[in-house]
Amino acid sequence: MKIKKFPYYPGCTLKQTAKNFEKSAMGTANYLGIELKELPRWNCCGAVFSLTSDDVMHQVAAIRNLIRVQEMNDSGMLDNEYHLVVLCSMCFNVLKRANIFVTKDAETLFKINEFMDEEPDYEGTVEITHFLEILRDFMGFEKIKEKVVQSLYGLKVSAYYGCTLLRPREIGIDDPEAPTIMEELIASLGATPIDNHYKSLCCGSYHTVGKDKDIVARRTYKIIEGARENGADIIITSCPLCAFNLDNRQKLSKKIYPDFQYMPVLYFTQLMALAFGKEEEAGFEGNYIDPYPVLEKRDLIHNLKVR
Amino acid sequence: MQIDEKNVNFLKKVEELSGEKITLCEQCGICTTSCPMVDEMDFTPAGIMRAVQIGDETIIESKAIWVCASCFSCTVRCPRGIDLSKVTEALRQLTLRKNVDHIDLKEVKKEKLPAIAVVSALRKFTG
Amino acid sequence: MKMVKIYIMGKEYQVPEGLTIMKAMEYAGYRYIRGAGCRAGFCGACATVFRKEGEYKLHADLACQTTVEDGMYLVQLPFTPANKAVYDINKVKADDKALVNFYPEIARCVSCNTCTKACPQELEVMDYIQASLRGDIQGAADLSFDCIQCGLCAMRCPAEIAHYHVGQLARRLAGKYLAPPAPDLAKRVKEIEKGVFDKEVKKLMGMSINRLRKLYNERDIEPEEEEEPKREAD
Repeated sequence: MKIKKFPYYPGCTLKQTAKNFEKSAMGTANYLGIELKELPRWNCCGAVFSLTSDDVMHQVAAIRNLIRVQEMNDSGMLDNEYHLVVLCSMCFNVLKRANIFVTKDAETLFKINEFMDEEPDYEGTVEITHFLEILRDFMGFEKIKEKVVQSLYGLKVSAYYGCTLLRPREIGIDDPEAPTIMEELIASLGATPIDNHYKSLCCGSYHTVGKDKDIVARRTYKIIEGARENGADIIITSCPLCAFNLDNRQKLSKKIYPDFQYMPVLYFTQLMALAFGKEEEAGFEGNYIDPYPVLEKRDLIHNLKVR
Repeated sequence: MQIDEKNVNFLKKVEELSGEKITLCEQCGICTTSCPMVDEMDFTPAGIMRAVQIGDETIIESKAIWVCASCFSCTVRCPRGIDLSKVTEALRQLTLRKNVDHIDLKEVKKEKLPAIAVVSALRKFTG
Repeated sequence: MKMVKIYIMGKEYQVPEGLTIMKAMEYAGYRYIRGAGCRAGFCGACATVFRKEGEYKLHADLACQTTVEDGMYLVQLPFTPANKAVYDINKVKADDKALVNFYPEIARCVSCNTCTKACPQELEVMDYIQASLRGDIQGAADLSFDCIQCGLCAMRCPAEIAHYHVGQLARRLAGKYLAPPAPDLAKRVKEIEKGVFDKEVKKLMGMSINRLRKLYNERDIEPEEEEEPKREAD
């Protein structure tokens, strides 16, 4: 099998609390014949895109990373591959919006290039691509279906998109009102996609920091109850902040709503790892709500020694 | 309320900072019905827009502009094509750019958090 | 003697060519009460900022290591106000959230790289802040290893980060929790505690200064170790 190499931007949290996201993504990508080559000397993208018209400073971080993609190609690490693959939804959003911000405005790009006088100029050549887009557009879900060795038949999975994968429209990977990309992935792995009215309702994002955590806990409750009402066993997501809020903050939701019941929250790549028979690369040990009881109930765990 | 030069200047300032044409808003309220945070707010998104239109500067003291988490739900639905997330960001920046933070870092230190949470909170709440 | 023109805090002085900034300031009549230490580029006390005539760049360096140039505008920054986190090193958990928890302001980094440009030690300061943010304690410790705590990075940072304190915490955590234990050191400390060297120390303390100097100069010096290969980025 020919290995296809892409430049890859992890983002800080995939090296920290979302190691299970990166581990499972790396495992599944390799299995699918994709090599994700981490950018050298990447830096934090800023997590949220700066929205004021005059703020150029907060775009520097994102663009500096895009220069690294150029450097990888110039040094021969990559063969003319400018699709930068991102896993984290928030990084994806920031990098993609910053790229549009500078490439549609030559004056701003010039300003940023002048400021980063220690770097080669960014030439606007990079395209930001979410890993889900690689699966849909580069691989195709039919092909992914063929690769499944452990069908997830019987498992009811609700996709949680959140905000930054879909909105605003010009950067979204799917229809912001009726996305299907994750449902298609779920179906291709043999599991049953479960709709959730709240699948792109904001989880409360950074309100998880400081005094207003309850804002998050209330939204977490709503989102998870929405999935449960439709019969879901688990939720999948592609954002480490949504994952933290939906997974770790459930105990806070439980405090506010005593009737609340816990539901495991996985990264979509963890589900893929399971379907590809790579349980040991799923990294379930990093999930706050233990997914094993649900997976065992659906008879999906075989290699028990990974626990 | 009498609209004077001060009110007009405030509207102009927010329009410039956000890059959005706020006078286009017709108060249809779709932003408010789309907002997942509206139940936590003291002003509705449409209310924020109206306040800026009439140049009511006190809107920068509202809770609502800080509750908005830039989820872009209103952005994708506004029939007038206004990006409200840029308007609330501009309103927050009016405070943050005076070197006044909206979060106390002592609060942040109380819990060990993912980098993504701290980075986004500090970008939104500190100047 | 050729003289050069410099401006100290805006006032013009003629000083001999070839002097360091520190010596030039003393030549001009300034006396260092703070902001001078080892005078050898190790202690980090004599942070200085300057511009050269006709240049927009603001340079940062150590006054004891930088030679004056004609048309230099300069000022000393003898101290950087910055808060250092208070911790009991024995109780800190060296996990990947520790650094951002003690210093959440590192999350404000805009990756402008100004800190790196300001560093007189030529460290990749921005990179060690980035490593700290993503919980790479060892990476931050390695990248900041040669920091002399002069504070110039912190003075130049638009995000108001106190980089050098973050680096120090990273190195302490790495030393305490990540570095392999040094059994020889532990053994020697035990020996010292037991008093194995008391007699020798007492003998040394009774010696004359000339005798001590001779002993010092004639001591066995271990051959310098070969430089360790650079850590591969993971």
